[in-house]
Amino acid sequence: MTDPRAAEPPATTPSQTVGPYLAIGLPWADGPYAAAEGVPGAFWLRGRVLDGEGRPVGDGLVETWQADPDGRFDHPDDPRGPAARPGFRGFARCPTDAEGRYAVHTLRPGPLPGPGGTTQAPHIDVSVFGRGMMHRVVTRVYFPDEAEANAADPVLASVPPDRRTTLVAEPDGEGYRFDIRLQGHDETVFFAL
Amino acid sequence: MAHPGPAHGGEHRTEHGLVVPDRYVRDDAVHPPLDSPTYRSTALRHPKRPLTVLPHLLTEVTGPAFGQERVGPLDHDLTRQHPGEPIGQRIIVHGRVLDSDGRPVPDSLVEVWQANAGGRYRHTADNWPSPLDPNFSGAGRTLTDSEGRYRFVTIQPGAYPWRNHPNAWRPAHIHFSLFGRAFTQRLVTQMYFPGDPLFFQDPMWNSIPDERARRRLVARYDHHVTEPEWALAFEWDIVLRGRAATPFESEADDD
Repeated sequence: MTDPRAAEPPATTPSQTVGPYLAIGLPWADGPYAAAEGVPGAFWLRGRVLDGEGRPVGDGLVETWQADPDGRFDHPDDPRGPAARPGFRGFARCPTDAEGRYAVHTLRPGPLPGPGGTTQAPHIDVSVFGRGMMHRVVTRVYFPDEAEANAADPVLASVPPDRRTTLVAEPDGEGYRFDIRLQGHDETVFFAL
Repeated sequence: MAHPGPAHGGEHRTEHGLVVPDRYVRDDAVHPPLDSPTYRSTALRHPKRPLTVLPHLLTEVTGPAFGQERVGPLDHDLTRQHPGEPIGQRIIVHGRVLDSDGRPVPDSLVEVWQANAGGRYRHTADNWPSPLDPNFSGAGRTLTDSEGRYRFVTIQPGAYPWRNHPNAWRPAHIHFSLFGRAFTQRLVTQMYFPGDPLFFQDPMWNSIPDERARRRLVARYDHHVTEPEWALAFEWDIVLRGRAATPFESEADDD
């Protein structure tokens, strides 16, 4: 006899909030370093996470994932093959401080292929976790000095034009600034993934 | 290697008419809504504008991989991280990390954090009158093995009060953080214990729309793995989003 349940795929596990005490389990000493200290070309991406009244989210966590400067990933599911780069892991995580601030040390990602022969502008995928959030929210960081590439980006094109600016970082000294507004009239664009 | 087949089932048409097949199943209906009013802290922390559908492109179908360098030799055993043993019921928590297509997720980082036996977190913001345990930090991490299996040794966490509603108590739980193999699969959730009397009044639990999905957060008491004169065992499998079905994906595709 075969078990009829064996043929049924398992159903996915629901998300639950990280709660107020994620600082016990999730921060790493080297968490903010998608690019190691001293890697040429690395910069800080900094910003704040703010709630619907503009108050800092002081108990959250920001994670980032991105391509390397050649637009490649060290991952077998990239059809161009995995490409490792010394001193770069593509991933960073940083808890927010009492002012809602986070900072990620990284390299600028390169452009990469999109669907249907399009090219995606350089971008960084971002997850935000926090107390009061039953699930992460997901957004993307684009760069302000890539106007032409941004204009051709298929994901930005799917965002209402008046809201696209919420996805574009601002120059900030040697690096960039990207604030994340969870709610409000200038709410950041978040994606259903 | 992946064999991304042509579009079938879940797919996404952008405003410009591009059709992009989903690489991973979309399971939004399984998760609690970001706007869950009974959990009061969601009020100012949920987006009010509609989410924009993000197709599963290269950044979304890839993700970070972590190796043994991320995990210390005692990180999986929360009872051995201090000179003395923590107070409380010693438990083994084990299970598998799977895709919703039934495939194990091997070599994947699993992180946990939890309250101590008295329901107190080692965190400056937790100051309810239950003692800290000098021998318990409450954080662990491990990598799944080649079959997606993980195993922690810890202490049964206690329930604890919070101020969400009158006489509010969180059911005992362990926080779990999973990476899977793709940005799309990232999941943070909580594992609960069977028979907990506090579920009925817990907004985290009740905000999951489907009762069957809630039950998937409850571990099973596992007498087979329980160790005589040592520790009770609980088994809990975690299922991440699997690949979206494609008609050309073959059985031999075992990536």
